[in-house]
Amino acid sequence: MPLGSGETLRLGEKLKPFRERVKELSGEDVGLCYQCGACSSGCPLTDEMDLLPSTVMRMVQLGVEEVLDSKTIWICSSCFTCQVRCPRGIDVANVMEALRQLVLRRKYDRVSIDLLPPEELRELPQIALVSCQRKLTG
Amino acid sequence: MELPRWNCCGTVHALAKDDVMHHLAPVRVLLRVEEAVEAGLVDEPRVVTLCAMCYNTLKRANHLYRNDSDKRRVIESIMEKENRPYGGKAEVIHLLELLSELGWGKISERVERPLEELRVAPYYGCLLLRPRGFGVDDPEEPRIMENLLEALGAEVVDIPFKSRCCGAYHTVFMKEEAAELSYKILRQASEMGADLIALSCPLCMFNMADRQGLIGRLFRDFKGIPVLYFTQLMALAFGLEEEAHLEENNPDPRPLLRERGLWR
Amino acid sequence: MEKEGKMVTIYVMGKKHRVPAGLTIMKAMEYAGYQLRRGVGCRGGFCGACATLYRVKGSYKLQAALACQKVVEDGMYIVQIPFTPAEKKLYDIEKIRPTPNVFVEHFPEITRCLSCNTCTKACPQDLMVMDYVQAALRGDIEKVVELSFDCIACGLCAIRCPAEIVPYQVAQLARRLYSKYILGLSEEVEKRVAEVEEGKFDEELEQLKRLPPEELRKRYESREIRV
Ligand code: SF4
Ligand code: SF4
Ligand code: SF4
Ligand code: FES
Repeated sequence: MPLGSGETLRLGEKLKPFRERVKELSGEDVGLCYQCGACSSGCPLTDEMDLLPSTVMRMVQLGVEEVLDSKTIWICSSCFTCQVRCPRGIDVANVMEALRQLVLRRKYDRVSIDLLPPEELRELPQIALVSCQRKLTG
Repeated sequence: MELPRWNCCGTVHALAKDDVMHHLAPVRVLLRVEEAVEAGLVDEPRVVTLCAMCYNTLKRANHLYRNDSDKRRVIESIMEKENRPYGGKAEVIHLLELLSELGWGKISERVERPLEELRVAPYYGCLLLRPRGFGVDDPEEPRIMENLLEALGAEVVDIPFKSRCCGAYHTVFMKEEAAELSYKILRQASEMGADLIALSCPLCMFNMADRQGLIGRLFRDFKGIPVLYFTQLMALAFGLEEEAHLEENNPDPRPLLRERGLWR
Repeated sequence: MEKEGKMVTIYVMGKKHRVPAGLTIMKAMEYAGYQLRRGVGCRGGFCGACATLYRVKGSYKLQAALACQKVVEDGMYIVQIPFTPAEKKLYDIEKIRPTPNVFVEHFPEITRCLSCNTCTKACPQDLMVMDYVQAALRGDIEKVVELSFDCIACGLCAIRCPAEIVPYQVAQLARRLYSKYILGLSEEVEKRVAEVEEGKFDEELEQLKRLPPEELRKRYESREIRV
């Protein structure tokens, strides 16, 4: 099912394994989310995202694996604003990391440091490169 | 003193619950802290960080190591070549916490040249305050950097974006998007009348200062504003001009400071 | 060399062989009938050509060694790693400078280092490889040189690194930069180069060339090594 197609989603047995896997990997009980949207309204990066963080949460709840194709999971910078604001005590950043990991663990790298021009490598501080590698490559 | 042997902590805490590999780096650093005590180099197993990302990574890894015995066992077995396992005794603190512990009064006493009439906007960024439970202060209403700046005699400008993300590592592969995030913070500080911004994290420093050239090309109305580490402001106020190494900052804060009579 | 009669069992790429105890892996392989064409060089622990991985029956540990140095153990599963697939990075030592980011610029993958220490565990020279990779990450050229001085570029660390780093290339860049920009020219070397150019050793060399092989071998074996 394409993202945001508006079709009614039913949480069948088939969709459960994905939700359970995300729960396990993130350590967060995604079922607690009641879609208040606080995470999305506080998130500083929504301009660059295709799905709002709260939408990502809903898709995980429903077990929709296509959420892994979204840009959002790569845009989240783990700033933890959502963790501080969520009234249900969910660390949404952990969920985002679990989703990234599910993709990265299938021999996928989101970025390739080989492609950075030498001028950039000369200028960028180690702290930027190390964190980028840890977050966006497998 | 600097630890005689150390490695990069990895800069970010690995969040996936089954991840062990990425905790090795910070745990090794924590072990070095215990080793420094054993070697008689320091009395207490306390490690002070300046960088917000080191602070967060070391502190969270420490917490995990102390509380998750399964992971601890795996980490110990992978670290078999060390002389001994990490005992969980190190304490991770940020320099701001150490200063607060010393007492703001003591800091004021040391001030030789108060930063009077200097309007400074403290910028915390993400990891000094978040996630909740691992910050140096309350994540929504922090006071610690404000307290320091006041002790140094500066006038604090409280900007709402003081703990908004600067764009972090997106500066590597999405530098324009990251620059926009930093731009919004810098612009707000200027609009609210700050002369300069004080911060603690080198990645924030890169995004908010070194990237100002790029920001200026992307946003025509951008005028530029100096950004300093809070420690540089301390050096200035304590009369240790040379130690401040202001020549390293870009944009150069010296013309502004000269104007305020705070630089020769 | 080999203890009379005592034999051990080794497995070379899965094939079982009985070989005399006390032999090095290299000699044991030759004893078993392998003709080594790659994976052998100096036979003296200096060239790094004979990188080998092995496990010993009863242990989970994957270990690394130089075949010309390591003595066989009973129940050893052996595979040689005669070559490490690694790109040869090109740089002009005259043009690059010992700047803090020089390692990251040429080997950006060092920013992926996990501090897992796998490289150090693999190094047959017992170097602190992880520590030199970390020193490179922070741009500490002297430290990299100090820690990597005995590296023979065998490649075992690079084969084992989960972050896909090729540590020995990083160390080599450090040593090149160090000699060029930090150490500077050594008087002794300059003096010797001048002597060579003046032809001081020409006659001696000619003499050597004319020696019969047996005499050459004798001289080689009785040579003095000064450190
Ligand atoms: S803030 Fe928490 S409860 Fe609200 S939408 Fe986000 S995850 Fe769900
Ligand atoms: S550092 Fe690497 S290449 Fe050099 S000797 Fe050790 S294992 Fe071999
Ligand atoms: S094996 Fe690779 S990742 Fe591990 S410490 Fe060595 S260089 Fe770093
Ligand atoms: S053959 Fe040269 S090191 Fe072993």
